Amino acid sequence: MKPIAKTQGWIATLAAIATLAFGSTAARAQDKTLTLCWAAWDPANALVELSKDFTAQSGVKMKFEFVPWTSYADRFLNELNSHSKLCDLIIGDSQWIGGSAENGHYVKLNDFFDKNGIKMSDFVPATVVGYSEWPKNTPNYWALPAMADAVGWTYRKDWFAKPELRQEFKAKYGRELAPPKDWDQFLQVAKFFQARNIDGKKVYGAYIFTERGSEGITMGVTNVMYDYGFEYDNPKKPYDMNGFVNSPGAVKGLEIYKQIFDCCTAPGMTNAYMSEGLDAFKSGQVAMQMNWFAFFPGLYKAMGPDKIGFFVNPAGPKGHYSQLGGQGISVVSYSDHKDDALKYIKWFAQPAVQQKWWQIGGYSALRAVVEDPGFPKSAPFAPDFLVTMGIVKDFWAEPNYASLLLDMQKRTHNYVVAGQGTAQQALDGLVKDWAKDFKDAGK
Amino acid sequence: MSARIDVEQPVVAPAASSSLIKQRLHGMSDRGIAWLFITPTIVLLLAINIFPLIWTIQASFTNYRANMGWLKVRNVGTGNYSDILGDPDLWTGMQTTAHFVFWSILFEVVLGFGLALLVNRKFRGHSFWTTIILLPMMLSPAVVGNFWTFLFQPQVGLFNYVVSFFSGIAPSSFQMIGDVGLAPWTIVLVDTWMWTPYVMLICLAGLRSIPDSIYEAAEVDRASTWRTFWSVTLPMVVPFLMLAVLFRAIENFKMFDMVNLLTNGGPGSLTETVSITLKRAAFEKWQTGWSSALAIILFVAVFGAANIYVKVLNKVKQR
Repeated sequence: MKPIAKTQGWIATLAAIATLAFGSTAARAQDKTLTLCWAAWDPANALVELSKDFTAQSGVKMKFEFVPWTSYADRFLNELNSHSKLCDLIIGDSQWIGGSAENGHYVKLNDFFDKNGIKMSDFVPATVVGYSEWPKNTPNYWALPAMADAVGWTYRKDWFAKPELRQEFKAKYGRELAPPKDWDQFLQVAKFFQARNIDGKKVYGAYIFTERGSEGITMGVTNVMYDYGFEYDNPKKPYDMNGFVNSPGAVKGLEIYKQIFDCCTAPGMTNAYMSEGLDAFKSGQVAMQMNWFAFFPGLYKAMGPDKIGFFVNPAGPKGHYSQLGGQGISVVSYSDHKDDALKYIKWFAQPAVQQKWWQIGGYSALRAVVEDPGFPKSAPFAPDFLVTMGIVKDFWAEPNYASLLLDMQKRTHNYVVAGQGTAQQALDGLVKDWAKDFKDAGK
Repeated sequence: MSARIDVEQPVVAPAASSSLIKQRLHGMSDRGIAWLFITPTIVLLLAINIFPLIWTIQASFTNYRANMGWLKVRNVGTGNYSDILGDPDLWTGMQTTAHFVFWSILFEVVLGFGLALLVNRKFRGHSFWTTIILLPMMLSPAVVGNFWTFLFQPQVGLFNYVVSFFSGIAPSSFQMIGDVGLAPWTIVLVDTWMWTPYVMLICLAGLRSIPDSIYEAAEVDRASTWRTFWSVTLPMVVPFLMLAVLFRAIENFKMFDMVNLLTNGGPGSLTETVSITLKRAAFEKWQTGWSSALAIILFVAVFGAANIYVKVLNKVKQR
């Protein structure tokens, strides 16, 4: 009996060890967690909902680190520069791609895409160039286009529909009161509404970006400057900026932006960006609002179909463009969970997931979603979004983009908001600043 | 009979374990014990102050960028210094800082001294009103910056409504923070509101240090109140006032948080003090070498000015 009992004892011990071992492996699978870093805004909440499907399928839990836009770049660029393991996945701004690629912050995704049949040709071309490629226009991919975005406009549909206002506008300008198609029309409409009394309240013509600290005024002013001929450099000679950044057209574009600021904005909007615009529009302070398409689903839901309409950024004499926003999703090279992070990207790239992403408040960059015949009717802002994504331009995405951005913030804010100097002086100064930045960066 | 501390004498040791320390100390010289006590402080000082200072000085002669590790760090000699000293934008920033420092200190000294004269008198509710006056300086500059931003909001801000109530000007017709003419005065106003109580406290200490006998002598000499103020009160409080000016000048020269939250240096660069320029260059543009040179220039300027000022202060005290 004794030997049998001894054997049974060993078996029981082995069984216990085996149970513990397998049990702990299963528990480990359950405990796998990925941290995704992004900005705190409406689409991020949609992504939390969407990611529940990933957890259900893979067993990998998702943790989210969202920070406000005002500290988004500072916080996450510091995390990347310090080789932090906080973020396994990061939805980084389009301008970060150069620095993150050259500094080795992001995992290069070419091999992964090839192995998993993810083709960049399946995504909207502007988003691939803007969010994924470094160097630009080369097949080197560091991110999957995650959140397509660009600057668009909202207008007070109910005010534009008021018969007495329509009549007055037509008598004054000889055309119907409608969302503006070019900047001349824009100025007319903005001036028409400025300081007008509507429903017993004083209202203003337009809301535009003027923020000084991060990227606000640059993301605003470029929408006019592109249309008037502003270019970052000579298309035939990279980094040759004189005559392109400060061309007569660029100067005119900057002057128009100042004109809008001076004539047609609400008092106090001297350092305003996304949230100030949303507040001004929702509270019935302005007739037209510049903002990112990303906010439009939430705005539409909050205001209803009768009050809000949308339009594409107006055109100018030298073309029709809009400022690109949005981000790609990347795997952080310092992460201890790169394999799971890549699994997430593979899951996220699926057409069904992208379709759901669009439906719940994100903006898909997958062509299968946005080129679907039903897409323009899927939301009231969808047709304008589609047009806009075909006319976008982006700011520099160089590794030293932060210096370049701050210089433009300073020069344009000094001219537009503080009224210091002329537009020509501001852009001549910008050329000097950027030339110095590139020289310092060894270019 | 004066007390004498003799380290050669056994130290009172309540526990047996301390007897070992006692024995070791017993064999140490005065100099040895002195070193024992000051070494941790010296190590901390070297680690926290001296090493960063030397590192900054060294970095100031290079093109180092902390966020661009792949760039070869190149010695640029005094290039950063000449670049800074020849930069007109930086001199504009210096003027902005000087404007802010001068006017805020002027108002704080005048108002603080006036309040100290009032609070120095005995009246009903004296302690209550003193506490109320001291409240602003107890707040965090970040909190002050944020709530004044709301107060200055043209549409809903209380400040504009108060001005409107007294002047009849429409509240939304002017903006304190965004207006080119008003913004530089806005930061002066908020700083004065916050730090006048601090100057008042220092002045109050000065006023309370004047012996009653001097006032009694002035009374015997039949000096008028005005004469007593000019010949007794003011001269005896001047060293305290100068001390307040020194503290506030150093503090305001490096003022960052409140201005950053209130105006963020705007509109344009009209309220961009040098500390904001320094922060932007160091931690937004990552021009580590350039910003190190700027930090050294500012350090030398403040250190030099403070030294001269302290010498003048000592002379005033000796009079």
